[in-house]
Amino acid sequence: MKFIIAIIKPFKLDEVREALGAIGVAGMTVSEVKGFGRQKGQTEIYRGAEYSTNMLPKVKLEIAASDEIAAQVVETIEQTANTEAIGDGKIFVLDLASATRIRTGESGETAL
Amino acid sequence: MKRSNLKFAALALGAATIAQPAMAAVPEAEVVAPGTAYILNTLLFLIGGFLVMWMAAGFAMLEAGLVRAKNTSTQCLKNIGLYSIAGLMFWVVGYNIAYPGFAEDSLGLIGGFTGIYSMQGVGEADTETGYSVASDWFFQMVFCATTASIVSGTVAERVKIIPFFIFVTVLTGIIYPVVVSWEWGGGYLDSVHDFSDFAGSTLVHSTGGWAALVGAIIIGSRVGRYGPDGKVNVFPGTNIPLATLGTFVLWLGWFGFNGASQLAMGTVGDVSDVSKIFVNTNMAAAGGVIVAIILTQVLYKKADVTMALNGALAGLVSITAEPLAPTVGQSILIGGIGGAIVVFTVPLLDKLKIDDVVGAIPVHLFAGIWGTLIVAWTGDATFVGQLVGVLLTAVWVSAASAVVWLALKYTIGVRPSEEDELNGLDKAEIGVEAYPEFART
Repeated sequence: MKFIIAIIKPFKLDEVREALGAIGVAGMTVSEVKGFGRQKGQTEIYRGAEYSTNMLPKVKLEIAASDEIAAQVVETIEQTANTEAIGDGKIFVLDLASATRIRTGESGETAL
Repeated sequence: MKRSNLKFAALALGAATIAQPAMAAVPEAEVVAPGTAYILNTLLFLIGGFLVMWMAAGFAMLEAGLVRAKNTSTQCLKNIGLYSIAGLMFWVVGYNIAYPGFAEDSLGLIGGFTGIYSMQGVGEADTETGYSVASDWFFQMVFCATTASIVSGTVAERVKIIPFFIFVTVLTGIIYPVVVSWEWGGGYLDSVHDFSDFAGSTLVHSTGGWAALVGAIIIGSRVGRYGPDGKVNVFPGTNIPLATLGTFVLWLGWFGFNGASQLAMGTVGDVSDVSKIFVNTNMAAAGGVIVAIILTQVLYKKADVTMALNGALAGLVSITAEPLAPTVGQSILIGGIGGAIVVFTVPLLDKLKIDDVVGAIPVHLFAGIWGTLIVAWTGDATFVGQLVGVLLTAVWVSAASAVVWLALKYTIGVRPSEEDELNGLDKAEIGVEAYPEFART
């Protein structure tokens, strides 16, 4: 099992969710997050004074996927969240040691 | 028009013209009976009064929108508190200091206190004045509250509640009423200089503005607001919709502020003038908004909504000294220049490290001075007379405010500890967060 963490642009969330649903991803956790990467924020003007927004708003997806579809999940996110502009985000993949469905006690891939 | 005209000469204005309709060039059919005029005049005060009262809500929302989330509850408490203090103080001493009934030969500078203001009894009508005295008191009281509202926005986010309320007590009980006595009370500015301030560009807005400016200087800027090398750290507002709603509420209230300052609605002429004031007031605000949008778009490549909101208010303040005499075109121009004043002076204050959270000093003080001086062009006033009014107000309000702010600073202290300020006044002073589900900013 793999644990996939993707940081994407907020307006891409619906598109990514639909695409992942189509390839059989049954669930995900979504949070609104802030952060920066190489882009290091943006400069704005408020009431005549410049300021930089160091932390830009992003959406973080957390998906537990079976080994079978993990690569496809990564590829799907990469394709749908891509705007070819700076700040599109990143995808991280971790090995997942275990998964348990709380209601039934099932564990392993059947719990996903 | 001087309010003293109405207060002390309403009998002549109202009753005389009505008793002798032939004297005035008004056709007999258009003259109403004194009782009807009394009712209509009173109605104007009441409608104008509750509209201006509602401006307190406008200020509260504007300020709640422009402060950081962690200080929002405090700002709301300050606003409802100052409105209430203003009402109490204007009853205890304010009204009678403002309208002392200067003696004929007096210079009209020091009127003194003539006792607690007595309202009319139940069922009594004070027909001699031409309007209900309680309606007049109410109308004047809400102007007093407006003056205090101006201060709270500038010194937001860094003044503790108690010293702020003590300052408001002195401002509404003494500082503001003294300024009013010189003009609307028939004192020095009115009788000696023919100073003209229809609804209070100087009396209300500049008075609040000077008190705010002196307060901002003595209290100092918010922690971390100005870095070394002249760097300005921006603290963006929390809630732009609230600030926008607040501005619209103020704009609506201004029809009462300026319109009802005609002080009479008992003749066809007065009603027509009130209507013209509505138009001019609206157009000046519109001019202020459009100029602010265009200027920020050109200067910064993005239209700044908070500047547009300030532009509306600056336009309104600018036209307040004389909303009747100008043509519509002149009103748009006067308001538009008010909007430009805001766009250029907000960054200027930052350069001087004067921390004005909501832009009240550009809006109320700078545009107030502009609006007062331009009456020499549009209204019945001289430039010198207007300048004397501006300067006398500046000296008195600044000096008196400085004394009060400094006394507070060196006795009970005006600022929270740095830790409390960084955590937010809501936590330190109120214990109730406005937006508990969000991270504090």
